[in-house]
Amino acid sequence: MPLLNGTFGLFGIAKLQHIQPNGDRMNIKLKQIVVGIAAASAMAFTAVSHATDITGAGATFPYPVYAKWAEAYKAQTGIGMNYQSIGSGGGIKQIKAGTVDFGATDAPLSANALGLAGLAQFPTVIGGVVPVINVPGISAGQLKLSGEVLADIFLGKITQWNDSKIAALNQGVNLPAKAITVVHRADGSGTTAIFTTYLSKVSTEWLRGVGAGGAVQWPVGTGGKGNEGVAANVMNMEGAIGYVEYAYALQNKMSYTHLKNKDGKFVAPTDTNFKAAAANAKWKAEEGFAEVLVNQPGKDSWPITGATFILVYKNPTKNDNRLEVLKFFNWAYANGDKMASDLDYVPLPDNVTTMINNAWKAQIKDGKGQSVWK
Amino acid sequence: MSAFIQEARLKRQIWLDMMFRGATRISAFGVLVLLAAIIGSLVIGSMPAIEAFGFNFLINDSWNPVTENFGALVPIVGTLVTSGIALLIAIPVSFGIAIFLTELSPQVMRRPLGIAIELLAGIPSIIYGMWGLFVFAPLFAKHIEPWINDHIGPIPLIGAFFSGPPMGISILTAGIILAIMVIPFIASVMRDVFEVVPAMLKESAYGVGATTWEVVTKVVLPYTKVGVVGGIMLGLGRALGETMAVTFVIGNAHKLSMSLLEPGNSIASALANEFNEADGELYTASLIELGLILFFITFVVLSIARYMLHRLSKREGKAS
Repeated sequence: MPLLNGTFGLFGIAKLQHIQPNGDRMNIKLKQIVVGIAAASAMAFTAVSHATDITGAGATFPYPVYAKWAEAYKAQTGIGMNYQSIGSGGGIKQIKAGTVDFGATDAPLSANALGLAGLAQFPTVIGGVVPVINVPGISAGQLKLSGEVLADIFLGKITQWNDSKIAALNQGVNLPAKAITVVHRADGSGTTAIFTTYLSKVSTEWLRGVGAGGAVQWPVGTGGKGNEGVAANVMNMEGAIGYVEYAYALQNKMSYTHLKNKDGKFVAPTDTNFKAAAANAKWKAEEGFAEVLVNQPGKDSWPITGATFILVYKNPTKNDNRLEVLKFFNWAYANGDKMASDLDYVPLPDNVTTMINNAWKAQIKDGKGQSVWK
Repeated sequence: MSAFIQEARLKRQIWLDMMFRGATRISAFGVLVLLAAIIGSLVIGSMPAIEAFGFNFLINDSWNPVTENFGALVPIVGTLVTSGIALLIAIPVSFGIAIFLTELSPQVMRRPLGIAIELLAGIPSIIYGMWGLFVFAPLFAKHIEPWINDHIGPIPLIGAFFSGPPMGISILTAGIILAIMVIPFIASVMRDVFEVVPAMLKESAYGVGATTWEVVTKVVLPYTKVGVVGGIMLGLGRALGETMAVTFVIGNAHKLSMSLLEPGNSIASALANEFNEADGELYTASLIELGLILFFITFVVLSIARYMLHRLSKREGKAS
């Protein structure tokens, strides 16, 4: 029976076609549609290959500001920027694999690593890392710490809030006899890289025992996942100290501390103080600006400041989309400061963006050795 | 004509049958191929770490990305201990739920209670994690941990497991959250298998004067033991591999400590936290080897369960 049914089915279709009164018109319409679709897709194809949308991948920290810039840039120029915030490690892997036009990383690659991979590196925005505390009776900005004391707390050498070393920096503050609980990041992150680089610079014991990196072996404490995890742990536990990105501390109204900077002044975590650190830093363009802005000189410099970086190929072998990447960030340096500030990032000072422009001219070449950036 | 159709039909049927057999075979072998491929890629991925650390990887309690000295002891212990705590709590509770629902509960309450338990199983694990971190951990730190410290801490031998800073975030917290997560799984499987026990068997037991407890232990459990163990294994499997909820409350500290109130780490949680930003070949390879170990642990647990069931069925019919 199924066989017979099938025959009927076929027959039925044939019959239907036969009795269709305006079969030819239908056919013409169909043709038109097909041609239309083909043309549209051809147009879309050419549109894609001409508009050269920029692709990038990497650090999560600058993702909100890159997304904001991309939106505004697209509205102005029609060129989109597609950024995947997969983490700094992923960004470095992706640019090395050549699957994206640029990679983004929070911790700068060393001049050596850049040379090996043939990459150029430049900073985009600045962020600060802020120690946050939850100590009953102590309000935001009331507590002052120095780098050495901060390192000793994270080493587990100072375990009580009323320790004499903390008390010496905070005369007149009523410090409770409460145990210190250290909270750190559980996931690898650029925030941790900046923070541990700072501790390594101010404490030889930290440098020798723990070291600096996106993830380290913490001597004490518990780990929270992401800035939000650290913030939640600190807010939950009385006597806790942790570190988060400045924007995060600000938005959650967390209790931050003052820090003693290289010039011996106690400074508050504010965007002007982050900017001061960036302006006072001795950037070395030829080394890919590989500078973690911690413990910079200057009386206003916040000591735990760091920039986030972009990686592009100096002499790429295939799909040369670098010029669009450079154009995008050049546009962002010129027009993106307000957008960055609104999101609690700190834009680069003008002297640094000028340096970056010169570095592009000097470093990024086409096949004939001519500068791509003019 | 009709003979011809018959023959054609027959041919078609045979052909369909062969197709069907082939398709099922491909599906079944596909799983094997997939399994082999996963194991293969895990082994290849973890080769650098296996070469660098060898067997030492399993007993080294260090996890230092800066010096690239990695060991899996802390996450292995964390995974096993949290899953153990979870089962210790979840099995009796699930058993109680299932017995109540099938034997003791009034008829009107059975459906709403059963649906509620199944709904619990559908909650995404991150919700349990957030709830654990923002609601449960602070309560635990304020009210329960100090009590544990004061009352269980001084007891010799087991006291060492229960003294530590009352932070709310610890191996014990992770175990309890896991227990809450696996209870719906174990309870709903247990309820389903308890329901298939023939009413005649139970009524006969009641008829000769057995109590509810005797009916449950002497009739229901022996009849359903395969299903019950299966349900427990399902729960254990989920507990071993659970990632997000554990990450939030375990404390993510690569440190080995005696006390259950100290933070620790689990394999799944370490993977979730560190894979994104792992730079360097050895770091990535060590994380992949952790994944391989988790795979192996799950395999061993399943094998033990199978073996136990085998032993149980062999002893069937003998006087206990």
